[in-house]
Amino acid sequence: MVMTAAETLRARAWEAAAAVVDPEIPVLSIADLGVLRDVRVAGGRVEVVITPTYSGCPAMDVIALEIETALARAGFAAARVRTTLSPAWTTDWLTEAGREKLRAYGIAPPPAGAGRAALVGAPAPACPLCGSARSELISAFGSTPCKALHRCLDCREPFDAFKCH
Amino acid sequence: MTHVPSREGTAAMPGSIQVAPSPPVQYVLRRADDALILGHRLSEWCGHAPMMEEDMALANMGLDLIGQARSLYAHAGTLEAAGHDEDDFAYRRDERAYVNLLLVEQPNGDFAATMLRQFLYAAFALPYWTAMMASRDATLAAIAAKAEKEMAYHLRHAGEWVVRLGDGTGESHARAAAALDALWPYTGEMFAVDAVERAAIEAGEGIDPSGLRPGWRAMVARVLAQATLAMPEDGWMQQGGRQGRHSEHMGYLLAELQHVQRSIPGAVW
Repeated sequence: MVMTAAETLRARAWEAAAAVVDPEIPVLSIADLGVLRDVRVAGGRVEVVITPTYSGCPAMDVIALEIETALARAGFAAARVRTTLSPAWTTDWLTEAGREKLRAYGIAPPPAGAGRAALVGAPAPACPLCGSARSELISAFGSTPCKALHRCLDCREPFDAFKCH
Repeated sequence: MTHVPSREGTAAMPGSIQVAPSPPVQYVLRRADDALILGHRLSEWCGHAPMMEEDMALANMGLDLIGQARSLYAHAGTLEAAGHDEDDFAYRRDERAYVNLLLVEQPNGDFAATMLRQFLYAAFALPYWTAMMASRDATLAAIAAKAEKEMAYHLRHAGEWVVRLGDGTGESHARAAAALDALWPYTGEMFAVDAVERAAIEAGEGIDPSGLRPGWRAMVARVLAQATLAMPEDGWMQQGGRQGRHSEHMGYLLAELQHVQRSIPGAVW
């Protein structure tokens, strides 16, 4: 399939934006997270559409700034970042690759396809370090708004778990 | 110094904005103010909570609420179309222009009072935002889709503490019971419907809060029973926050909240 010039431009812009990582969890790109919703090119100007994760997530402003920087480096001057609220982000949008990267980084990923149902009375997450299914909650609120703190009952190590949202 | 006269004959502070009295704008501002003021109250605990985990919990819950407030203020600004942004609404109004529930401005008191306040509000806000996801106002529905998940988390956390404190020691039970009795007269305002609420409900954009009362009572009764706390009688209910008539605590809260913007107008980070 041959891409038109516009499609090539858009693909290049997407690639640049998609490489931006979450400043709090630098192993995840905004594409892995599902925060990157769309990239549009019109009249040579790029518009990137992102959606916030948690209402008060302080990383969103940094992410917007880094998208602009990444696009400028890729040769797109004056790119615009627009935030959209609808449809609302959910942890179900985390890609499978993203979940694996989280686990390898030591953060238990949220169960796929669980969404709202797992928010209350969620089963204990598996330990990302030793793989044990036995863990306990230490603190429902962790180091960032998106994480809770757990402890493995087998290897005894504490670990962060991504909250279902 | 020249003072701009505002409604009710009081003088507006220099640099204050005047917000349109339009019902759709006021409807959104009410929710935004609830979230900002409760979020501010929770932020006052930062560095003072009884343990590290609760310090993080209170700051996190405050952050959720201030995040909700930001989205709601931005939406109010769009509806008002007078060029006011979220900071204008948060920092540049006089006390009488804030339209939050009296419940959320009540002082933190002890840890039991803070957790009871959070529980009573979250037990209302969760079904409120869940219902709001079906609003005809697409932005409100989108804000609601996030807020309801956050409020479910707050409800669980605060509810667990109500049970722990109520069904704890004699001292923690007494404190939780005292907080419940002190806060109860502020709960009726959550379900009140006036012209602003009615206009939004009729437009299919707002939620009828009176319809949420039985579910709220059932949730509160269940947790209080587990906490061995007696459910107070519904007596005189204190109201006025939705009309800008606040308790004596609000002025002190705003003095701290607004201090930097009032001293150095337009200051940015």
